Amino acid sequence: MELTLFYIAAAVAIAAAALVVTRLNAAHALVWLVVALLAIAVIFFLLGAPFAAALEIVIYAGAIVVLFLFVVMMLNLGRRSITRERLWLEPGMWIGPAILTAILFGEMIFLIASSDTGDAGSPIGPKAVGEALFGQYLLAVELAAMLLLAALVGAYHLGRRYLRDRREEAS
Amino acid sequence: MTSLAVPMEHVLLIAAVLFLIGFAGVLVRRNVIFLLMSLEIMMNACGLAFVAAGAKWGQPDGQIMFMLILAIAAAEVAVALGLVLQLERRFDTLDVDAASELNG
Repeated sequence: MELTLFYIAAAVAIAAAALVVTRLNAAHALVWLVVALLAIAVIFFLLGAPFAAALEIVIYAGAIVVLFLFVVMMLNLGRRSITRERLWLEPGMWIGPAILTAILFGEMIFLIASSDTGDAGSPIGPKAVGEALFGQYLLAVELAAMLLLAALVGAYHLGRRYLRDRREEAS
Repeated sequence: MTSLAVPMEHVLLIAAVLFLIGFAGVLVRRNVIFLLMSLEIMMNACGLAFVAAGAKWGQPDGQIMFMLILAIAAAEVAVALGLVLQLERRFDTLDVDAASELNG
């Protein structure tokens, strides 16, 4: 039963990811990205990682995709951008990358098939994750906090100049 | 929730497929926003591999690595979207090839 759910979620995730990469309209691609993220969250849940599944939905589908959506709305991509996108995606330009990725995929299948890995097993609850996170990984948490602070300052700096230039243009 | 008998190979294969879809997207697309979305898919694939490995060994470390990937993804998206705004502002396009002024 759970195994069937796993394969369904995996198929949904892969299909949605492929649609994200091939869409012309950025807003549509974002909706497919949300679907892919939700499917991956289901996979996490089935793998026995409920906390990771919750974080996937709350932070990825909830925060990061909304950030994307804000920028897409600010840039006001309309019909013009779709025709431009079609222009950029000339037929045939995907052949080289597709061959390269197919080669890499073949190697990956070979490596995974030739190694003896067994089943993906036991569930791990939020308690164990929290204990390890604020125990032996405390330094990593501090580093992540500093990284996020740097990103905050950088994003503020870049975005502030954009808004100021627009305001001057409007006046 | 009981432990689940998903073959580890299949989880890793799904992570590989997702990663390669994102990789192909990075190679093919020229719109910066789509490049960033492809990067998100690639990061998710890495996170899936980490969580699967953590579940395999029964250790929470995999999920902690996933959380660090989450923090990195959030930081990356915040800065990169600021850069997207600047790119649109300066070159009036979202084409990554437009920002090639550094080539001598």
